[in-house]
Amino acid sequence: MTENTTAATGPTTTDSDGYAPSAVRLDRERYRRGRRRRDGLIAIGCTVGFLVLVCVGLVSSPGWGRVHEYFLNGTEFRRYFGAILHGFWLNVQMFVGCEICILVLGLAFALVRTTTAPGLAPLRWSAMLYVDVFRGVPTLLLVFLVGFGLPALQLQGTPSSPVVLGCIALVLSYTAYVGEVFRAGLNSVHPAQRNAAKALGLSERQTLRHVILPQAVRNVVPPLLNDFISLQKDTALVAVLGPLEALRVAQINADYDFNYTPYLAAALLFILVTIPLTRYADWLQAKAVRRQWAETGGSGR
Amino acid sequence: MSVIIPGEGVPSSGVRGGAAGGGVSGGGEALLRIRDLRKSYGGRVVLRSIDLDVSEHQVVCLIGGSGSGKSTLLRCVDLLDTVDDGTIHLGATELTDPRLDANAARRRIGVVFQSYNLFPHLSVLENVTLAPRKAHKVPRRDAEQRAMELLGRLGLAEKAREYPDRLSGGQQQRVAIARALATEPELLLLDEITAALDPELVGEVLDVVGDLKQRGMTILMATHEMGFARHAADRVCFLEDGVIREQGTAEQVLGDPQHPSTQRFLSRVLEHR
Repeated sequence: MTENTTAATGPTTTDSDGYAPSAVRLDRERYRRGRRRRDGLIAIGCTVGFLVLVCVGLVSSPGWGRVHEYFLNGTEFRRYFGAILHGFWLNVQMFVGCEICILVLGLAFALVRTTTAPGLAPLRWSAMLYVDVFRGVPTLLLVFLVGFGLPALQLQGTPSSPVVLGCIALVLSYTAYVGEVFRAGLNSVHPAQRNAAKALGLSERQTLRHVILPQAVRNVVPPLLNDFISLQKDTALVAVLGPLEALRVAQINADYDFNYTPYLAAALLFILVTIPLTRYADWLQAKAVRRQWAETGGSGR
Repeated sequence: MSVIIPGEGVPSSGVRGGAAGGGVSGGGEALLRIRDLRKSYGGRVVLRSIDLDVSEHQVVCLIGGSGSGKSTLLRCVDLLDTVDDGTIHLGATELTDPRLDANAARRRIGVVFQSYNLFPHLSVLENVTLAPRKAHKVPRRDAEQRAMELLGRLGLAEKAREYPDRLSGGQQQRVAIARALATEPELLLLDEITAALDPELVGEVLDVVGDLKQRGMTILMATHEMGFARHAADRVCFLEDGVIREQGTAEQVLGDPQHPSTQRFLSRVLEHR
């Protein structure tokens, strides 16, 4: 390699102040390069070995032939993929619609729960009760209850579309979670920040709007994304109410000829959407860690 | 360099490097030996050609403005930062060798930071015994006995069961010193340990450092306390722009500085006293 030959022939680069790397430095760098190369080879070797082991294990299992026929059938996949993709579009719409409602409502609940005004006590208590109830009920059960219970009330203006009813159930459930995440974010902002804002003469509302909320939201973006990845999958629960979203379409086609490949096609679509979201959440988290280091790590003077 | 010329009554003590920044003592290997050290962050060179020796039982004070490289130098010695070039030896061990087990080397060095960095979820006693018990595998009973001894010496015996948030800044910093000493390090690094303290608490922490010097501890410290440096330091090094501009005994550097930038710095620092 070129870098090796340069290192072997001695110092070549010089800085503006006439500095040239010493032999000691070049030797150290050579050693570190060797270590990195060795670590890289170990990582690749282990990964390849693991994958081979998994594949061999799968293919050599006694039921592999039938699994391959009923779950990984190429022709079945091609035949139904279009229909499932069409159904998946409905999942995406539900996801986006629910997410917007949940963000707004969740933040509202968090703000209500952090207020201290005595007159708002009933509101605080009902928000607390809401969180307790809707976090405690399984989401699938909530979809059933809202999907079949709400229309049974026969109130004026109750939506009848199963998609809308399913979304209401999801929003009810996730608002409880997201509200708690926001509340944790509000609490995570140091009290000194509130005092500093007050000392500048900002009102309670201005303090919240310009000082507390921006920091709180920044702190909770990674856990929020985590909840949304989970919501994205849970849109499939609406299938029990009947709308033709990805899971329902897959189910119908799988029942049709007892080949389960459509389920796998649906799973693939869900994964394709969650992976970029997950990577984005990872990236945000890494950035948050770096920022914290810059604040407390004594960036080196 | 530190040659006493017979016949002359001048008590020439210690090393006197001029602007060139020497500092290699003549006889006997120093405990900590820094040679031609260079460190940069991004394109900015923070330390360049630093030569510094700290002999056993010596207290060496680093002085200089913020951004002069004092903290970086201490971070390099404790392997919290990797150096670009040059060597640092602790005894027979080259700390800058990438083949070195950094954790084993760090166990021989105690560090106290400006912000005390005590573990808030542990009591004072647990803070002090954590490293001996986990990193040095000292049995709990022995570690606690030694910790109580240390805390007693530092006037903190009755605080052993308290948690850090119940202590004053000076007490917290003294616990941090006890924590650093609990592993019986060969070398103690102190990074502006009184800079975050209220003025009336500075004394109690510096008293502890003075006591450590009496007991023969080897200390390399960055400080802004010129009064302390003057009476406690065996040697004072003035850093500016990542270079040791001047070093020598405390009387020499603080009392009769030769380099113009040392004179400027000292007059600025002492102006408001």
